[in-house]
Amino acid sequence: MNERTLENREKSRFQKFVADFGLPRLIIAGFLLLLFILAPIVGADFPTQISNTINRFSWNAVMVLAMVPMIHSGCGLNFGLPLGIISGLLGATMSLQFGFTGPFSFVMAMVIATPFALILGTFYGWLLNRIKGGEMMIATYVGFSSVAFMCMMWLLLPYNKADMVWGMAGKGLRTTISLEGYYAGALANILQIRIGNMVIPTGTLLFFALLAWIMWAFLHTRTGTAMTAVGSNPVFARAAGVNVDKMRLLSVIMSTWLAAVGILVYEQGFGFIQLYMGPFYMALPAVSAILIGGASVNKASIANVVIGTFLFQGIVTMTPTVMNNMIHMDMSEVIRIIVSNGMILYALTRKTEGSR
Amino acid sequence: MSANNKQSAAPQKKGGFSLKNLILDNTVPIMFIVICAICIPVSGFSPSYLINEIMTRLGRNSFLILSLLIPIMAGMGLNFGMTLGAMAGEIGLIFVSDWQIWGIPGMILAMIISIPISVALGVLCGKILNQAKGREMVTSYIMSYFINGIYQLVVLYLMGSVIPIIHSSIKLPRGYGIRNTVSLLQMRQKLDELLAVNIKGVRIPVATLIVIALMCLLIVWFRRTKLGQDMRAVGQDMQVAEDAGINVERTRIISIVISTVLAGFGMIIYLQNMGNLSTYSSHSQIGMFCIAALLVGGASVDHASIGNVFLGVILFHTMFIVAPKAGAVITGDSMIGEYFRVFVSYAVITIALVMYETKKRKKKSQAAEQLQADQQAAGADGKGA
Amino acid sequence: MNNEAAPLLEVRNIKKSFFGNQVLTDINFTLHEGEVMGFVGENGAGKSTLMKILFGMDVIRETGGYEGDVLIYGKKVSFQTPFDAIHAGIGMVHQEFSLIPGFTAAENIVLNREPVKKSAASEVFGDRLNTLDYAKIHGTAVSSIDKMGVAIDPDMVISQMPVGHKQFTEIARELSKENLKLLILDEPTAVLTEKEAEALLESIRGMSSRGIAVIFITHRLQEILDVCDKVVVMRDGFVVKETPSADTNISEITRWMVGRSVDNASTRKEEGSSRQSEKVIMTIRNLWVDMPGETVRDVNLDVMEGEILGIGGLAGQGKLGIPNGIMGLYEAGGKVTLNGEDIPLNNPRACLNAKLAFVSEDRRGVGLLLDESLEWNVAFPAMQVHNKFLKNYMGGLVKWRDEKAIEEVTEKYIDELAIKCTSSRQKARELSGGNQQKVCLAKAFALEPGFLFVSEPTRGIDVGAKALVLDALRRFNRESGVTVVMISSELEELRQTADRIAIVSGGRIAGILPASESSEAFGALMVSQVI
Repeated sequence: MNERTLENREKSRFQKFVADFGLPRLIIAGFLLLLFILAPIVGADFPTQISNTINRFSWNAVMVLAMVPMIHSGCGLNFGLPLGIISGLLGATMSLQFGFTGPFSFVMAMVIATPFALILGTFYGWLLNRIKGGEMMIATYVGFSSVAFMCMMWLLLPYNKADMVWGMAGKGLRTTISLEGYYAGALANILQIRIGNMVIPTGTLLFFALLAWIMWAFLHTRTGTAMTAVGSNPVFARAAGVNVDKMRLLSVIMSTWLAAVGILVYEQGFGFIQLYMGPFYMALPAVSAILIGGASVNKASIANVVIGTFLFQGIVTMTPTVMNNMIHMDMSEVIRIIVSNGMILYALTRKTEGSR
Repeated sequence: MSANNKQSAAPQKKGGFSLKNLILDNTVPIMFIVICAICIPVSGFSPSYLINEIMTRLGRNSFLILSLLIPIMAGMGLNFGMTLGAMAGEIGLIFVSDWQIWGIPGMILAMIISIPISVALGVLCGKILNQAKGREMVTSYIMSYFINGIYQLVVLYLMGSVIPIIHSSIKLPRGYGIRNTVSLLQMRQKLDELLAVNIKGVRIPVATLIVIALMCLLIVWFRRTKLGQDMRAVGQDMQVAEDAGINVERTRIISIVISTVLAGFGMIIYLQNMGNLSTYSSHSQIGMFCIAALLVGGASVDHASIGNVFLGVILFHTMFIVAPKAGAVITGDSMIGEYFRVFVSYAVITIALVMYETKKRKKKSQAAEQLQADQQAAGADGKGA
Repeated sequence: MNNEAAPLLEVRNIKKSFFGNQVLTDINFTLHEGEVMGFVGENGAGKSTLMKILFGMDVIRETGGYEGDVLIYGKKVSFQTPFDAIHAGIGMVHQEFSLIPGFTAAENIVLNREPVKKSAASEVFGDRLNTLDYAKIHGTAVSSIDKMGVAIDPDMVISQMPVGHKQFTEIARELSKENLKLLILDEPTAVLTEKEAEALLESIRGMSSRGIAVIFITHRLQEILDVCDKVVVMRDGFVVKETPSADTNISEITRWMVGRSVDNASTRKEEGSSRQSEKVIMTIRNLWVDMPGETVRDVNLDVMEGEILGIGGLAGQGKLGIPNGIMGLYEAGGKVTLNGEDIPLNNPRACLNAKLAFVSEDRRGVGLLLDESLEWNVAFPAMQVHNKFLKNYMGGLVKWRDEKAIEEVTEKYIDELAIKCTSSRQKARELSGGNQQKVCLAKAFALEPGFLFVSEPTRGIDVGAKALVLDALRRFNRESGVTVVMISSELEELRQTADRIAIVSGGRIAGILPASESSEAFGALMVSQVI
């Protein structure tokens, strides 16, 4: 009798845990665990897998971090991430064009990207303040429009550095630009650790940790507290004398700037700048990563960023090898699409009380 | 989405004819007329070429765009989930080309095959959208990506391995999965050529136009049915409809199912005109282009008519035809025009969404303004007395 | 057949409680065919709860049903949904319109009961594909509008109609139901012009002559006397009087509405007055506030330093608009000064900077961060406005949240106000209504205001918590000498707490009386300018 009630209680506690954590997240975490177990069995090189996962984590984490401010201020998931990415790309290409080389070009790319991120972020935030309630859909299309617009600009802007433009025409930027000799590995090579097959990009991880710490600290200040309150209940915040629109604007600018830095970090790891339609689909993986990490449409923490990016990138890197070794079928792309969009779909259909 | 009419004390002023309102309400179509007016002479295309092209596209796209009307009527906004129907139509076509059934019978069979798939996907989509009231559009948009993943799983991995595919011509060399392109050459324009007439060098696909006209009549008729009336009611105020005893959730699901099924048919008509099926990309942009065309025709998130569909097709595709050439003439780079038309498609949707949201807010503040004016007037009277 | 003996509607010993709060006790009355019954009572007297029971609204079932019987023609009924009630011939016109804005009046009148024609498609796909019979829809609408006797255009779209016509459309919809026997009208004249209201009364007489019984709820007592056969007065969940309306008059009805036996009316005087001075601390001149449903028009009011001023009045008359307008939560105009200095309107921050504080009546919507901890709720406004509970680093550039100070202040108020919670980190959502209200008070107290608005502090909380909240307010006023303006629908509560009570009616101050004045005097003010 007693045992049964205990069992029931255990059961209900388990159900509550599932309800809190969300079934999709459990499935994804379980799936990744399965991949880790399967990897050595099917003969994949385990250290390489871990190293790949950590590397991809280091490339992407900052872009996932960019989701945090807008979620906190109640602007929802930042599907307009490409706008920030474009600021970063402008910084990157100009830094190269102006003749900066080596790791210093990374610093300059960040410096040049910043004013663009501030200007575009201000415009974007102003727009989102005018359309409260419809943020996510419009953000998506603001992102898309800006990418398509920049496609024209990459052709038209007067870039002329030989290793950036099309060889034949002598103008118009290439779709991919190699960063060899520029800032490829600018962060990753700092304090890099090599153990056998494992390569740990300590510098990139530290850089992410620094940004994450600043974000964490910001959320503990008076302004950060106000931002969270705006997201939690804008009317309460207004009644407490907070300028709601200003907070939202600030969050959008922060998000845009982080996206700009995020793409630069990604490029230094990846080794190439991808232009034109490259930034087009970059928002969705970042959005689903933070959701997989346990965030909802209006709540997110630094832990969500770290866990989510790790889980998401883990799946992205592990599935191809494990699947290939197992059934000689590369289904990773399809699995990635289903997992990431399924996760977003799940978050959108959750009835988050008192929020949009 | 539900317009709040409760206790709004301000009677809306009857909109008398005003040029300013006319322009404001039709910003997008007017913008497009201007773009076309500039680009057509620059591109240097002959009128007969242009008219021929537009006629082709009218036949090709109208049916697809018509499928968007019903969810708008039911207050669910622009159905980005129409892609689901497009995928169902493609699956139908894959099967009929595997079975080598061509021509009109092939099309009809493909439509029949697409129906159960569309209905199932539509019910799923409708149920999910009922869970996400107030953010239907972004949800249906993500839904289209999600189902695209499932579609790829089925078509790329299960077809040929689990689902029997006989013909090797459409299979990938590895033995399972469908090739990137499936030729529909023997079905190409079979509907368009049926009863086609040529008037002064302009080929008119009469049969296709008849099908489209029938569809329009069907929609007009549908609006006058009980179900159509219920959808309009649900679209304007879910709470009131619920209180009156209308099954709101079911009505919304039906509207999505109808839209999905029609999108499937539309995709089959579209692809018979194209003559080949890009298995993994035909559907990916179709939703975006259809929605952009509808918006260019002057529709908004909560209101669209059959007239918007045709005006939209004509304006949007004129831009689509002339932009690359005009871009090349102006800038000397043919890619500019390509990118320009993609940019314009996205920008149109962005502008339409922004206008819809700001209008929604303006409506609210207008009621407040009226109230204030009344009070101030009353206050002034009070002081005078 | 309906025999003469059994009345159309009989209500026997109805009792209803919400979460242990008894809101209706032993309600009895009968209603015959063609009879018009006026229903009056203060807000919260239980009128709308009773109507919800009669109409089978879901909220009654969800909160545990009711005791007692409702009989129609002598037969006991128990409505599970409003549709059951409609089926039994009861129609109700709610205060809030239930109309589709883009439909015509005719379409709204027949909403979801549209006459249809069979079509080929409906044979296959079911009845929902029947086509609408527009001629019949028009006919039904015209005949029910005729029945009502007020001319409205059946082809006019609702969103373009004046408010009064919307109201008539709703009534016409009820009249178009063939089996309508009893029509409940919940404050139908509130949105009508004088002329329209007269037309409505005429229309009620018409219905009555056709044998339809009407329950007419209103605050305009003259209308009751004009049109009703009898009047039922409710107070605190009891029927206090049922009388033929020919035998009574407005002042009598008012007395029944607000009057209470002397023993439970303890006024402020008995506990000793607060430090009341003759100095005016706040002046309000020509204030208007655009708060939907609580419109304020041309309010002039002086508040004395150190007093507790009560503001009372019926719901919808504008008493809630006053603090919400001054604090900048709704658009307002006019002139407000505090200690001789102008308070800019429509600017919440400026009010808070001037040491004003406000406890909103909308606890869950405005008052609390439901998903955050009590600490955040209590400390947040003080942190934002007065830079309290912060540690400054780098010369004040970084203002860091001082978690310890926040915890301390929260613990202090948890003790002081006896807030029941597991810890200061508990989420506000998880507290009961009364404790949430105390958190709202703590939030205002933490601002250390010089002037406090408290709006409906006891709404929706149980009796025990009520006493605690009112006590905390009085203590705060006495000990800190802070002027308090308390807005409440419950006159007794105001009389127990306040020094003076201003009554708002029709968006204006109808009068200010000392709390010791008789209930009748307040009642007369409440209904004096009702709109």
